[in-house]
Amino acid sequence: MNHNDIKSNVLTTTLESAINWGRKNSLWPMPFGTACCGIEFMAVLAARTDIARFGAEAIRFSPRQSDLLIVAGRISIKMMPVLIRIYEQMPEPKWVISMGACASSGGVFDTYSVIQGIDQFIPVDVYVPGCPPRPEGVVESLMKIQNLIDKEKLSDYALSSSK
Amino acid sequence: MATIIKSYEPTFWDKLYFPALLKGLMVTIKHFFRQKVTIQYPDERHIPPDGYRGLHRLNKYPDERIKCVACEMCAAACPSNCISIIPGPSPWDDGKERYPVRFDINLLRCIYCGFCEMACPEGAIELTEIYDFSNYSRDDLVIDKDGLLGVYELTKKQNYYTKKSHSPASLPFKTERT
Repeated sequence: MNHNDIKSNVLTTTLESAINWGRKNSLWPMPFGTACCGIEFMAVLAARTDIARFGAEAIRFSPRQSDLLIVAGRISIKMMPVLIRIYEQMPEPKWVISMGACASSGGVFDTYSVIQGIDQFIPVDVYVPGCPPRPEGVVESLMKIQNLIDKEKLSDYALSSSK
Repeated sequence: MATIIKSYEPTFWDKLYFPALLKGLMVTIKHFFRQKVTIQYPDERHIPPDGYRGLHRLNKYPDERIKCVACEMCAAACPSNCISIIPGPSPWDDGKERYPVRFDINLLRCIYCGFCEMACPEGAIELTEIYDFSNYSRDDLVIDKDGLLGVYELTKKQNYYTKKSHSPASLPFKTERT
């Protein structure tokens, strides 16, 4: 085997980029749908804007098997402990999409019982505006999450349990 | 009252199972050759009909004057209180006294109902057809006056989605994560 054979048959990469490639193309979302955005999220999964094209079609309703939390809908003050618990049950690495006006900022529900933005309690990576957002908006945010994963460093996770 | 349902006695063809299998496969094959419903989103985009309510814009007169007179009718009509305006004296000599010094819309609060558009006496604020935008932080999704005028520049001539070069990156938002 000469040098040229090796060049055309061997692909070199770093472990980091290989892991990031794997992670970003097989996101397992965990939908936390509490309102109409949850219904719209079903449309994201359906045939018209099929997120299986991005490798994210494996919806798991169990937080321990998923790495992308999609919070869709208004979160009341009584629901927040549940959401925090689900977030904490998800294994690292994990990402969060806040879908729609209510989850991101409270929307029209400026009352004492609705959380004015879930980022007061859990870290959010991407916000999607809209009431509810169009499926394309959610796909766009999914692509933003993929960009985030691409820039991830393995050393960020070494020897630390928290981000 | 009990009704007696007679169980169905399978015929020879039923026992073979092949006709039923082919019948099921025919459904799959039929859908295989039908028109595809999936829109390959980032490459091809759905063009919403006229009157779609998406991202806002601030309209201008042909001579670059902003139509808004900072009457704050939109802010009063807004059900989610996402519009905040700071008025000031108009820099142009056109008989209008007020002018928005600052015009901020919190896009995450907004529910895209179009009430601001209906309340506006000058036809200044308008909702465009842009529907695909998201961002990494809440502060970057508060669009200011320059951003709203930037959206006007993007959408004044043609539908935003008819131009191939238009992408979420061309919208006046900060795209880098801070």
